[in-house]
Amino acid sequence: MTEQGSRASDIRVDLLEIARLIEPRSTVLDVGCGTGSLLDYLVREKQVDGRGIELSPSGVNSSIAKGLSVIQGNAEEDITYYPDDCFDYVILSQTLQAMKQPDHMLAELLRVGRKAVVSFPNFGHWKVRLNLALRGTMPVNKTLDHPWYSTPNIHFCTIRDFVNLCGQQDIHLEQSMAINAKGYRMPFHNLFLANLMATQGMYVITRK
Amino acid sequence: MIMLFFMTKKIIEQTDIDGYAEVVTLGQGRPLLLDSGEQITSYDVAYKSWGTLNSDKSNVVLICHALTGDQYVRGINPITGKRGWWENMVGPGKPVDTDIYYVICINVLGSCAGTTGPASRIPGTDKSYGIDFPVITIADMVRAQTMLMDHLGIEKIFSVIGGSMGGMQALQWAADYPQRVNTVVAIATTWRHSAQNIAFHEVGRQAIMADTNWRQGRYLDHHDRPHSGLAVARMAAHITYMSESGLTSRFGRNLQDRDKLAFGFDADFQIESYLRHQGISFVDRFDANSYLYITRAMDYYDLSAAHDGVLAEAFRGTKTRFCILSFTSDWLYPTSESRHISRALNAVGARVSFADIDMNKGHDSFLLDCPELFNIVRGFLKSEAEAAGVRVL
Repeated sequence: MTEQGSRASDIRVDLLEIARLIEPRSTVLDVGCGTGSLLDYLVREKQVDGRGIELSPSGVNSSIAKGLSVIQGNAEEDITYYPDDCFDYVILSQTLQAMKQPDHMLAELLRVGRKAVVSFPNFGHWKVRLNLALRGTMPVNKTLDHPWYSTPNIHFCTIRDFVNLCGQQDIHLEQSMAINAKGYRMPFHNLFLANLMATQGMYVITRK
Repeated sequence: MIMLFFMTKKIIEQTDIDGYAEVVTLGQGRPLLLDSGEQITSYDVAYKSWGTLNSDKSNVVLICHALTGDQYVRGINPITGKRGWWENMVGPGKPVDTDIYYVICINVLGSCAGTTGPASRIPGTDKSYGIDFPVITIADMVRAQTMLMDHLGIEKIFSVIGGSMGGMQALQWAADYPQRVNTVVAIATTWRHSAQNIAFHEVGRQAIMADTNWRQGRYLDHHDRPHSGLAVARMAAHITYMSESGLTSRFGRNLQDRDKLAFGFDADFQIESYLRHQGISFVDRFDANSYLYITRAMDYYDLSAAHDGVLAEAFRGTKTRFCILSFTSDWLYPTSESRHISRALNAVGARVSFADIDMNKGHDSFLLDCPELFNIVRGFLKSEAEAAGVRVL
């Protein structure tokens, strides 16, 4: 409820990057929409027809109170109830790594949406590699703030892993973006550098 | 014309005063056609209203009541002398804000608080319908409500809101009259009665009919009433309105006015005493035949029936916006039913919000003090009112 009073432009920088990718007046499904801040921004600033799915009751309640059409549910199960091609964009922001079957999820995103915007924490980042190499422990930092035994993030991947999976699934990478710790786009187009330097990967994907 | 406008406004404002409902007699020249094929040529519809209708009639909220509810949402109920059943939800500054909305609640067809039902007199005679009243459905109740809305000159309803059987009516409104309904808030409800739902209702009906005072449904002619049967029906139903954990935390195995078991069949336990009280206090305010007819209407309810069992088809093309709410501890109309409704609405691209509210008081949670419920309903209505351009007075 605290977010109700805030200005619509006060959303996280990386969410703003996602918002830039969305055409005005399009139809959008935000899978794992949290408290609805991105969706709310898109509805107000880009006049999209927006819907959301969210697991946490508190996220759902504050989304509905904002006037957003959000349903409480499990993303992997609920997305199967949407008809084919019913959205221009499906957004999966920082959620892929919490899915039981990320590969199935990517297929579902592109079944219900013409395009999907997917962002995920990059396990190939040099600090993660260094941490594992030197300290020999799983990383716990600001973006990955759970210890290994209680993390909801059960399927971590690197940017290269993601690109490989898309290749296997015949998914076209329309736009590739490397995002830094502050949420801004980095100027890397080289996969090796992006995989080493970016804390987040962000992709616009389509069916081939 | 202006005179007429002010006169209507005055009548509407008068209903603000607590007291008996407005009653309108309808059906002359436009009989009520029922799903059974029968028709009612003259019938009363009783309703109460709060707030003021705005000039473009865009602020109408219809509250639909549950099985044993009535139109007395707020204020003192003249039948029971108790406060209205949804005062925490409806009123000035409340989630359904009567400072903004013109709120109407209509006693359902077949009930016994002013709208025609089995206890009503057959027009032109001094006999009551009793068991000769036609069997009605939820769609028939809604059809009667549309007749009243037509009579009041209200075409579009900003929001139809209801819990339990009220939620069934709200969904029926959206399915049958999509162009008349802007938004729907359906709470703790279902899209069709399950075998378990029908089973509990059948126990209640058999208890009433097994009471010798029921007299084949003609008890009013004999100045009699099947009080014991109706009380047992209410007791059985009341259990389904509460959760096991709610019962345990409130009563546990606590004894009633005694410190050891009496080795008899008095109400040893507090829960027994509580249920007996629920049963006995119910019979004074409710007609046994109404209970038979309304439970039957609920059992017949299945929004998917006309669409080969595909619920989504009941809402195809709808522009109505839905807010579907369930409670985690409701086992009468469990969360899975509300989830099914929201998925069906998604399947046809309808605008739907769905939340499962964490509350441990069972089905009746929708009537209780639940801040989460209030926040969601308030926020949903407020943003939809802005989107629909509802003119604030």
